[in-house]
Amino acid sequence: MSSIEVNGKNYETDEEGYLTNLADWNLDVANYIAQAENLKLTDQHWEVVNFLREYYEEYQIAPAVRVLTKAIGKKFGPEKGNSQYLYELFPYGPGKQACKIAGLPKPTGCI
Amino acid sequence: MATEITAPAYRIIPIIPALKPGAMAETKSFVANEKIQEAIGFPGKLVDDWHDRAITRMGELLAKYRSLKVFLDACVHCGACSDKCHYFIGTQDPKNMPVARQDLLRSVYRRYFTLPGKLFPKLVGARDLTREVLDEWYTYFYQCSECRRCSVFCPYGIDTAEITMAAREILDSVGYGQKYSNEIIGKVHKIGNNLGLPGPALADTLEGLEEDVKEASGFDVRFPLDVKGAEVLLITPSADFFAEPHIDSLIGYAKVFHAAGISWTLSSMASEGGNFGLFIGNYDQMRKIALRIREAALEFGVKRIVVGECGHAWRVAYSFWNTLTGIGDGANDPFALQLQKQLDHRYKQPMHICELTWDLIERNAITLDKEANDQHIITFHDSCNVARASRMGDILGGQFEIPRNIIMASANHFFEMGDGTTHEKTFCCGGGGGLLTDDLLELRVKGALPRMEVLQRVADNHGVNFMATICAICKAQFTKVLPIYGFDRRMVGGVHQLVSNAIRLGDK
Repeated sequence: MSSIEVNGKNYETDEEGYLTNLADWNLDVANYIAQAENLKLTDQHWEVVNFLREYYEEYQIAPAVRVLTKAIGKKFGPEKGNSQYLYELFPYGPGKQACKIAGLPKPTGCI
Repeated sequence: MATEITAPAYRIIPIIPALKPGAMAETKSFVANEKIQEAIGFPGKLVDDWHDRAITRMGELLAKYRSLKVFLDACVHCGACSDKCHYFIGTQDPKNMPVARQDLLRSVYRRYFTLPGKLFPKLVGARDLTREVLDEWYTYFYQCSECRRCSVFCPYGIDTAEITMAAREILDSVGYGQKYSNEIIGKVHKIGNNLGLPGPALADTLEGLEEDVKEASGFDVRFPLDVKGAEVLLITPSADFFAEPHIDSLIGYAKVFHAAGISWTLSSMASEGGNFGLFIGNYDQMRKIALRIREAALEFGVKRIVVGECGHAWRVAYSFWNTLTGIGDGANDPFALQLQKQLDHRYKQPMHICELTWDLIERNAITLDKEANDQHIITFHDSCNVARASRMGDILGGQFEIPRNIIMASANHFFEMGDGTTHEKTFCCGGGGGLLTDDLLELRVKGALPRMEVLQRVADNHGVNFMATICAICKAQFTKVLPIYGFDRRMVGGVHQLVSNAIRLGDK
């Protein structure tokens, strides 16, 4: 198993840097993972990350891209409710990269 | 973060590339951990007696599948396949030549199962199974997408994918499995689909789609889930519920059912068309995954089973569901017989969504406004498992014609990509067969090279800006690699995405 060290504490991750334990997540860990992805988290990133965590808590899975765009659009303004906007925030793909920063398991399958 | 992955340059003349021995020797897909392996009944890690067990397993496979023995014996190394593989073209690693990849297994077969190999191994290219050989199997058999393009060119008809599948099965049996495929198989058994999308999340997603379609079209198009007594059970890849552009095709299927007045349902238990048991060459896994579908069909009492846009799902459905589950003739256990009695045999069982839609179009049961797709200049990428391992409709080549017919009925602008790269000679998207994983991204980008070269040509010559396809893997793979080749990621989409744009909901 791999791990990352943040503020002197070790957190277990999988080979690709996704946190193994959902409960390990905190703001510093999120910032650390984002930095490793060459991202600096802004308020706009946090809107998405926080929504992902809320959704996961309810459904035990990250939301579908369409569900995510719709929710973000509703909550934070229609100009943000599209996948292009999310790709700009998370260039590696909102599904995977945003999940990683939110401390959620990586979505699998043909996606 | 991984180093930047860039696209290889297009070839000026598409000939056999210069060899780069060992170019991909270090590219190794993540190995499954103990938890993933044991969840689906494989040894958690490489067993101590892996050598003997691997040879025993090879012997069992040879006894069970005569085809495998024929394929291992028949090759004369003529080389016809060598430059037909997209991974070889893109990586230039000689071990990605189909003949060389097969020989990784064939050489060991010769050593242990043929007389000349037992007596004079060096003379006949036979070699002992060592740890290095085992690692090499893992590396290179997970650089094959089992697309079977090379088989089309083999004068003996050797099905190279079967050799890859056998190698993966042997590896799994000694505790050396691939993380991506085996984790997904575990999720299907536990949750019902490759994504791990639980029932409530699926219900929520579908509800949201009903709202979206209502808002966009004004019509109450339904996305039913777990409805007993529905006419059709739709089995589609779970990516259709989750990813873009996949979800646009799901909307298309729903609109077709709506416009034609066919009652249908999805199943939360069998919410997956994909069957990765095929990819790892494991019959028991393939059957177990397929049986979920039978269970749902029996529970809901449906009359028809229709398969959505998923390449290998259609291969499994078309070629194996009959004997695996009794969907189609072949199996004769009591549940299979019960299902046979239940299904309406005036229809093909199973039926591809494209067959269903095309039949409705031909009978004028749905109306399409082609102008709705005028912004799209379209080409069609044949997906390997549909093209080379299945059929649609009642005519030879129906699996090529029917999706194209639907596109041309839904849109005004359609152009084919170059000869030798479509129909049965189609190039793999570069992400099939269990390779659609981030840890193999470099391989996926390189493997997409031949498809991207011909796409570039139709884009340059005809202004093509949309590549339609009927496979969830192709859609996800292209979404990822198109931008690396300088295209817009939204350039790929489903055939039913085009239908969705064009279909008239009101007047039928």
